[in-house]
Amino acid sequence: MWTWFYKLASPPHVYAAAGALTPWFAVSAAAAIGYGLVGGLVFAPPDYQQGDAFRIIYVHVPSAWMSLFGYTSMAVAGAIALIWRIKIGHAVAAATAPIGASFTVLALVTGSLWGRPMWGTYWAWDPRLTSELILLFLYAGVMSLRSAFEDPARGDRAAALLGIVGLVNVPIIHYSVVWWNSLHQAATVAKFGKPDMVGSMLWPLLSMFLGFMLFHGAVLCMRLQGEVLNRERQAKWVREAITA
Amino acid sequence: MTPNGFWSMGGYARFVWPCFALAAFVLAWNVWSASRYRAAARTRARRALAMAAGGHA
Repeated sequence: MWTWFYKLASPPHVYAAAGALTPWFAVSAAAAIGYGLVGGLVFAPPDYQQGDAFRIIYVHVPSAWMSLFGYTSMAVAGAIALIWRIKIGHAVAAATAPIGASFTVLALVTGSLWGRPMWGTYWAWDPRLTSELILLFLYAGVMSLRSAFEDPARGDRAAALLGIVGLVNVPIIHYSVVWWNSLHQAATVAKFGKPDMVGSMLWPLLSMFLGFMLFHGAVLCMRLQGEVLNRERQAKWVREAITA
Repeated sequence: MTPNGFWSMGGYARFVWPCFALAAFVLAWNVWSASRYRAAARTRARRALAMAAGGHA
């Protein structure tokens, strides 16, 4: 089984698989985001308290989820690379970081734009907002640390370690609205049992989430191909791959 | 929903539309950045291969 796993994670295999998966992810993402946008902006009724401002959730919530998913997958990929010395893990972690950071910026700015009409302010040092901002700093730290070393292998290891340490912030973000008094509303979708949303609002949101996930997959595959080429440019298989 | 109601977003247009515009920008930036990164890596790999072939000749 380990032989199969190592073969699966070999750079030529990952490069080819990423290239083959990219169009599938991209087309599925476009369909899911298209459905989510039409459902969320046109067919979902206005919220009885927030009016049409609630429609911001169709980009805010999926981007916030993606910021956490991106960080978790980056840390797990780094851990796999450190523990089992599977070097493709570092490439996955390096490719994931800028995507996750961009979704974190999107979550923070859209949350701020939602906060102005609902809370009367663009920013508050609220536990959820502050921990999400710390997540952005962690992404920036991981990316900076990776490029701060002359030896790329040392940069990879240092970035993976920081990524793993920073993983402690992910449950803090998720449970901040439960553990502390927060302006931010509690979970309405990610609840075990019945979500507090009607179907006409919920389905477009889930579709946007799926679309953002697939989009993340498409962009990750593209970046991963570049990352693998940068790391393996002296390898024999690269000649065949880039002339194919 | 009427066209006017759609664009005015019940008076919240100046908050709602910038969010969707920023989301479109972030998604477009990701695609542009990733394809540029991959293209640059391919160019570097081709150059490295050409140099290696030149060295052996």
